[in-house]
Parts: sequence; structure tokens; C-alpha cells
Amino acid sequence: MSGQPAAEPAGPEEVLALDGVAVTAGGRLIFSDVSLRVRAGEFVAVLGPNGVGKSTLLKAMLGLQPTSAGTIRVLGAAPGRNNSSIGYLPQRRAFDPAMRIRGTDVVRLGWDGDRWGVALPGRRSRQARDRVREAIALVGAEDYADRPIGQLSGGEQQRLLIAQALIRRPRLLVLDEPLDSLDVSNQSAVSALVQQVCRSAGVAVLLVAHDVNPILPYLDQVIYLAHGGAVMGPPEQVITSDTLSMLYGTAVDVLRDRTGRLVVVGQPDSHAEHRR
Amino acid sequence: MTGFSLDLVADVRQLLSYHFMLNALRAGTIVAVLCGAIGYLMVLRRQSFAGHTLAVIGFPGAAGATWLGLSTGLGYYGFCVAGALVIAALPGPGRLTGGLGGDGESSAVIGTVQAFALACGFLFVTLYQGFLSGLTGLLFGSITGVSDDQVLALLAAGAGCLLVLALLGRPLLFASVDAEVARARGVPVRLVGAAFLVLLGLAAAGASQITGSLLVFALLVTPAAAAGQLTARPGRGLLLSVAIAVSVTWLGEGIAFYSPYPIGFWVTTLAFAAFCLALGYRQARDRWGSSRAGSRRPAPAVSPAGSER
Repeated sequence: MSGQPAAEPAGPEEVLALDGVAVTAGGRLIFSDVSLRVRAGEFVAVLGPNGVGKSTLLKAMLGLQPTSAGTIRVLGAAPGRNNSSIGYLPQRRAFDPAMRIRGTDVVRLGWDGDRWGVALPGRRSRQARDRVREAIALVGAEDYADRPIGQLSGGEQQRLLIAQALIRRPRLLVLDEPLDSLDVSNQSAVSALVQQVCRSAGVAVLLVAHDVNPILPYLDQVIYLAHGGAVMGPPEQVITSDTLSMLYGTAVDVLRDRTGRLVVVGQPDSHAEHRR
Repeated sequence: MTGFSLDLVADVRQLLSYHFMLNALRAGTIVAVLCGAIGYLMVLRRQSFAGHTLAVIGFPGAAGATWLGLSTGLGYYGFCVAGALVIAALPGPGRLTGGLGGDGESSAVIGTVQAFALACGFLFVTLYQGFLSGLTGLLFGSITGVSDDQVLALLAAGAGCLLVLALLGRPLLFASVDAEVARARGVPVRLVGAAFLVLLGLAAAGASQITGSLLVFALLVTPAAAAGQLTARPGRGLLLSVAIAVSVTWLGEGIAFYSPYPIGFWVTTLAFAAFCLALGYRQARDRWGSSRAGSRRPAPAVSPAGSER
């Protein structure tokens, strides 16, 4: 490999590189031997059964979870070093309905919420307001951004949180189950939105999903995480009945609908209960 | 003292001619500003229970200090700050699911400590065997007790707290609204939370000296809750909370001066009235506003955002 620079095409730069990563938490091995590569502008899904450590993998990339083996390089540095260039959306339930803070304010926190002190009026503050407005327009949330966030629907909250993650023009977007708890029409709308951001701004997207179907048409790569390791590749190679059945340890069928789209059937966790 | 007349200017002038009233107003203003600001964040962080506990912990501190012949202020500050540090050291919400859940496990511990603190305070008061009004003063506040030294101590503590609060500023708001993302962005969430608890302890200790331990909430939670009804903008809400706290304190102290009933009652009642008014205003606005805005709402709910442009 070392003598063949041509094997690594001079395409988009690598934003994420994991080699033989393992995580142990509370004396239990969560996963081991995970290696993967994500390039700029790629839309990558992280799939796998419940409890296999998908969220843990994301946290390890952000430097929030120590690893026990292997190396991680994020945007060319150790995890946690470049977090201001990463938009992160953790797995979560909805905001408390009593949360009396506007969506706009939540988006703004993504811009300068980590700066000490209070925001003083001036040029900086006007710039911040303009950028907040841009980010809200990008996700199409203008109509409800000024309402208290606790009173918005799950889809509306999710869009504002994506705006918060995007506001600093990140190079990598890390989304942990953003489609969870959304209805079907909002699932496809949010998937389309993420794909559009990925394409138009060249942002690499790493998205953890329970159910692969809503995002399947947009994916460049799929990472299947299972106990013991991970399989990575283009969806047509990884999403096959054989690979999935092996990873899940149960019969999973991959079918094609009339338009030629892949559909995964029998995936054990696609509509399973939540484990928390 | 000639009693209340219809000439308000003369009434206020008479009220200000008493040194103890002047001190009560000075101390009340400092405490109201501090509680209005810190209370707003406490309500946003849903730490009202911790705030209540800190206020109650001040009671054995003050009672113990009286028993030992020390100043009550010392007891309030010492116990409230120590209590804040203990609560900060308790295991918080174990699994941070985006900071959207309460800390259910530690609330039982906090409640246990609260009951014990009240019992200790009562023991200290009994041991002291002093004049009986001391107990009601400690629990429900008094208007006459504020000395010049206490005002100075309050001013120093209040100014320090507000300065630290301003420095914590955005990271504190970020950690309160969305702890997990804040942590990923490098905000030291745990440290910011501990610092806020100490500020909360100082505010509770200060307010206890005016309203008594049990009525601290009149200034800490009620103005903030009322402000939360009126606006969802954090900056505006905080200022509104301060304004309401200061207004009810001034009015309450003025009425207490001319009435036979205690200050704690008046301040609390006025704060409660302010909250009811704010609640009524919001209900009316929501009903009236939503029927008006109903026509323009349904459209954006379904459209796949951004994909068509």
C-alpha cells in the first residue's frame, strides 16, 4: 500500500479515520477492531443492533469516550481537538414542554454558547444574528423559530437542532438517531434536508439510524456495527441478505421495490422498543 | 410614626426617615436583584428543589450561629455555601440524555438532608432558649433586623455573585439548555453547574436575612416563574425577573411598614399576585393569538424543508 499513492485517489480529503478501535466501559467490551474511513462530502450511515455501541462510537470520535485500543483521527487531529468544526446532535428525547426558551436562542447557543461572558450588543452580535437567521432558513424553520422550543413538534425541534449543529459551518456532521421519534413524513423530510446540506456544503455526514429505509436512497457508505467489529462499504455491497443476516444473527431480507430501491425487511431493531 | 395617609410622597418620606427602613430597602434591593437573576436560571435549569433545600439549610446555620453567639449572617452564608458544595458533589443525572431529564435519584437524597436540616435548626433554637420571636424571624423574616454591616456584606456578596454570573453567562445557559452538546463543544458542564450552585447558595443566604428561610422562594422562584410566562427570550426574561423581584420587595416593605403584618407575608403575596397576573396574561395572549395566527400555521408543518429550494 505504501508504494502505491495511486491507490488512494486524490479525491476529497479524509475527515475521519479509525484503525482497530476498541472501547471498554465498566469492564465490558463494547466493541473492538473497528476501522473505517470517511471523506469530505460523504453521507455515511452507522447501522447495527441495539446496544452494540453506535452512540459510544460517536462519542469516542468526539473525545467524550476514552478508547482502549486503536487510533482515531478526526479532521487530521486527535478526537476532541476539532470539535468546533463538528456539528453534533446527540441522541435524545424531546425538550420539556415547559422549556421557555425560543428556538432561535437554542440555535444561537451553537454559535457562541461556549464563549465566556454575556453577548454584548455590537457588530459581533449583529453578525451572530445574521448567521442564526441563515442557519434557520437553511433548515426551513423560519415560521416557528421564535416560539418556545418546548411547544414545537418533534420534527420542528429536530430541524432547529440541526440548524444549531450547522451554524458554525462544520466540516463533519455527527447525528445520533435524528430520525427517531419522528413520523414517517418528517423522517423523509429530515433525511432529504441532511442530504441536501451534505451535497451543497460538502459536509461529511455520519448518521446513526435504527431504520435504514428512509436514508437508503442518499447513502454513499454504510457502516454496520456488530459485536466484535464493523463492516463498511457502499450500500449495494453491505446491504445484502447475506451480510445483514450474518451481522444480526437472524434472517434479514433485502428486497428491491418497483423503482429499484433497496428495502430491508426483518431487521430486528427497525421498529423495536427503545432501550432506555 | 403617624401611620399611613393618602399623601404618598409624605408617606415615603416618613418611611425613609427611619434608619432601619433605609437599611431594609437597601438590603431588599440587593437581594431582589440577585434572586431575580439567579432565580431565572434556576428555574430554567429546573433546580428549584435544590434552591429550596439551600434556603432551608440556612436555617440551622443561622440558628446555630445565634446559639453560639455569632452573627446570623455568618451562619446563613456558611451553611448555604457548604450545602451547595455538597449538592454539587452528589452524583448528578447519571446518564445525560441531552440534559432533558431531571435528576430523580439525587432528589430523594436532597429531601432527606432538608428534613434533617430543619430538625437541627429547631434543636439549636431550643438550646438557645432566647426570645421566642427569634424563631419566626429566622423562618419568616423580619423588617427590623438589618444592620449596616449586614448591608455591606450583602452588597459585597451580591456584586460578586452578579459578576461571576455574568462571566459564566453563555456557557451556563448552554449547559442548562443542552448539556450534552455544550460538553461536546468544550464547556466544562460539571464545573459550571457547581459554580452556579454556589451562587444559588449565596443568593439563598442573602435572601434568608430578609424573607426568612421558608419564604426565600418568594424572591427566588416566583419572579422568575412570572417572567417565564411573559417571555421566552433569555436576556429579556432575566431582566423582567429582576424587575418583578425589586418591585415586589419595595412594595412589600412599604406595606409592611404601615401594617401590623410581617414583611415575609407581603412580599410573598405580592410576588404571588405578579405570577397570577403573568399567567393570566399569557393564557389570554395564547388564546387570542392562536385564533388569529391559526390560519397561517398548518402550511410549513409538512413541507420537506429546504428540499424544494
